[in-house]
Amino acid sequence: MKTNDLILQTTAKVIFFIIILFSLHIFFAGHYNPGGGFIGGLMTSGAIVLLLLAFDLKTVATIFTFDFKILIAIGLLFAAGTATGALFFNAPLLTHAFEYFHLPLLGKTSLHTAVLFDTGVYLVVIGVTMTIIQTIGESE
Amino acid sequence: MSLLHLAIFSPFLAAVVVPLLYKAFRKIHTGWFVLILPIVLFAYFLQFLPITQNNETIKKSIDWIPSLGIELTAYIDGLSLLFSLLITGIGALVVLYSIYYLSKEKESLHNFYVYLLMFMGAMLGVVLSDNLISLYMFWELTSISSFLLIGYWYHKERSRYGAQKSMLITVFGGLSMLGGFLLLSLMGDTFSIRELIGQVDQIKDHSLFIPAMLLILLGAFTKSAQFPFYIWLPDAMEAPTPVSAYLHSATMVKAGIYLVARLSPIFAFSGVWMWVVGVVGIFTLFWGSFNAVKQTDLKGILAFSTVSQLGLIMSLLGVGAAALHYDYLDDNYFVIATLAAVFHLINHATFKGSLFMMVGIVDHETGTRDIRKLGGLMSVMPITFTIAVIGSFSMAGLPPFNGFLSKEMFFTGMVSVLNMDIFHLETWGILFPVLAWIGSVFTFLYSMILVFKTFTGKLKVDQLEKKPHEAPLGMLISPLILASLVVIFGFFPNILSYTIIEPAVASILPSLLSPGEAFTVHISAWHGFTPELFMTLSLIAVGIVLYLTLSKWTKIYDLMPDRLTLNHFYDRGMVLSERGSNRLTNTYMTGFIRTYLVYIFIFFIGILSYTLVYKDAFKMDTSNLAPIGVYEIILAFLIVAGSVTILVAKSRLTSIISLGAVGYTVSLFFVIFRAPDLALTQLVIETVSVALFLLCFYHLPQISRKEERMGFKLENALISIGVGAVISLIAISAHSNKLFSSISQYYIENTYDKAGGKNMVNVILVDFRGFDTLFEICVLSIAALGIYGMIKLRLTRRKEG
Repeated sequence: MKTNDLILQTTAKVIFFIIILFSLHIFFAGHYNPGGGFIGGLMTSGAIVLLLLAFDLKTVATIFTFDFKILIAIGLLFAAGTATGALFFNAPLLTHAFEYFHLPLLGKTSLHTAVLFDTGVYLVVIGVTMTIIQTIGESE
Repeated sequence: MSLLHLAIFSPFLAAVVVPLLYKAFRKIHTGWFVLILPIVLFAYFLQFLPITQNNETIKKSIDWIPSLGIELTAYIDGLSLLFSLLITGIGALVVLYSIYYLSKEKESLHNFYVYLLMFMGAMLGVVLSDNLISLYMFWELTSISSFLLIGYWYHKERSRYGAQKSMLITVFGGLSMLGGFLLLSLMGDTFSIRELIGQVDQIKDHSLFIPAMLLILLGAFTKSAQFPFYIWLPDAMEAPTPVSAYLHSATMVKAGIYLVARLSPIFAFSGVWMWVVGVVGIFTLFWGSFNAVKQTDLKGILAFSTVSQLGLIMSLLGVGAAALHYDYLDDNYFVIATLAAVFHLINHATFKGSLFMMVGIVDHETGTRDIRKLGGLMSVMPITFTIAVIGSFSMAGLPPFNGFLSKEMFFTGMVSVLNMDIFHLETWGILFPVLAWIGSVFTFLYSMILVFKTFTGKLKVDQLEKKPHEAPLGMLISPLILASLVVIFGFFPNILSYTIIEPAVASILPSLLSPGEAFTVHISAWHGFTPELFMTLSLIAVGIVLYLTLSKWTKIYDLMPDRLTLNHFYDRGMVLSERGSNRLTNTYMTGFIRTYLVYIFIFFIGILSYTLVYKDAFKMDTSNLAPIGVYEIILAFLIVAGSVTILVAKSRLTSIISLGAVGYTVSLFFVIFRAPDLALTQLVIETVSVALFLLCFYHLPQISRKEERMGFKLENALISIGVGAVISLIAISAHSNKLFSSISQYYIENTYDKAGGKNMVNVILVDFRGFDTLFEICVLSIAALGIYGMIKLRLTRRKEG
């Protein structure tokens, strides 16, 4: 679909990882700073889209061999599972729990079940955007 | 969650496991695994017998939607226990039978057993629910699972037709039943049947009483295949025979009867109830049996016979309602009607179940069910013949089988109508015994046809697809068990009457009993030279005459033109509604997004501006506006410039990029207004969507000359100006109307304490309003799969073409 674009391709390779790292940072920062699953997921897919633009669909398909539709399913399972998990502790649907722990290296850290829920959102967002982009891009 | 709830939900849980078992153990018939569940459940329900026998009840509930009073309430009394035992007991036999009936090599067994288990669970849910809403949910689940079961051989056109028909009719009834339930709950302010029964005195004079009753009866009649809704049942016979035996004779079609019996304590005080239930039932009895005689398909005969037998039970419940109007217990012959209904319900399940299985065996071993081809099977299939004789003679109401006993009680109930002096039954009531007698003549007739046309006469081997021989033992076990029950109940009916019938009758007619009192039922085969006995003798005589002269008078069936049958009306209705909706859809679905947007925008403008004017909602308050800085002016200018560029752009690339520019500028606004989360999201979304645009840019056509020359169109201009104006007006009045204090203060105060986070937006997303997010990602996923489906489907179709 496109001609050789050496500069774009080389920078894309480097920038891709930076964006991914940043998106992970944004994802984990979510509860205390701007960010969260939705933005994190979008940014990750933004990084993949950058690869798509720099290379082409087929090349990217060889990198990400898995089916993005399955990612949607896994994400939904995560979110719905966290939501219903509360029922087993006799709490209403979607009740989240959090606790503060002292972890080695990291110090005082809070652990949330909300992160699991957000992971679901993160995965669904990536799955959805990539599924849409791939299907539209592949269609002749 | 109690053990009882677990019992209701266990079939659903098992349904999840079945496909895995099917995949893992291909060598073993999946039915063997499934068989365990109904047996365990049957044993589990048996232990409640001593409890209900003392007229005690068990109630266990878990909350479902507590704010609306909707709960999952499991409630056991005599009636629900009787049905639970039928469902699990017959269920076990049917599963056993199906193991031999459905070949594990050729059939997709995992589908079959998943549907069957789903059905079993739904049915248990129906009979064990005390809450109307959960009852309704399970009720519709039975419709859905029966739809799947009827359409099990979906490659056959008749199966799909039958499945659709049953679905349409029963769901139509189910929806009107839901309406009735809601009216009931309005009157009594509760969804609990128990509590409603307690409030009968207030409810029965309410103006909504009759509408609620009629709506609910519609549900019961469609499910139980009463006239004129019975037309789906014969077509449902396209299902595999185990399904017919289970759903269409023993359980699902009796859900309507269950409902009528269950709600009798509420409605039976009304004359309308007595008339509607009684007349519809007795007419269904007559009509079903009359039409059964002309069928040539064995399963067709049984289908119509089921219709008529359901009518019989229904009419008994209608007549039995009269018991509530005569307040003396000892000599109350209307109680006998209700009693007969319960007794016949059990008997019908036993003999009809065995007959269906018998027909399945005949079909399986000869390859046909057409009585014109069958005959003389008696010598080759002696065991099947015995089953057929027991079942049919019981159905015909001949001694010494159980059908005889309940038939006599049925006559007693019908004759007792003549003694009634309420609701005009003293005059028109004669209808009941007369129709009952005629119906029974035809019942006798088709029962005889069923046995003698199939098993006696000449064996026409050349017309059969297979060489007939006796069925394997496994296939015979279930019908043999049922047939022996027919005989046992015939000789010792009272083993049922103390344990099951008394408690069931007590729960249908609770108001007749004072505390501590119980019905005493004693069924005896010999009841003296009563009118009932003479009715039976005369019907046998007439029936034999009619059977012998069958070929001479069956021409009367041809008298009724095809164009007047209910089936014809149904088919015509389907065709017409399909054509009508096609035409309607074609006029407004043009295929252009432009048109659809026009609809949306016109509605948008119309409804919102109407509300603004009508509610006098527009208000402009400029007192507390924030100062406008240089940045805002620049950004606003950029947005306007970007939008104008889209309008005048000559190429798509320019318009896409300027659309992106507008988006980025909006996110800058978010930055200025200190909403970093929104800004981030907006930025990334803008990037991804512009990239998406660029990706599919290749496939978009160039802006065509025609579009370029399109120029100015008045209606488009009006619509866009209208949308802009309405939005601006709403924005201004939203700013000026401060009806409530802002909710943000709540979040500011609670975000850290309750959810342990500092980023309010994120906490709202995952915690305070996590339900929204959960469904949003569901919507997103559906959208993605939708796009995938649309594009991929189009591709494959193009390849085929």
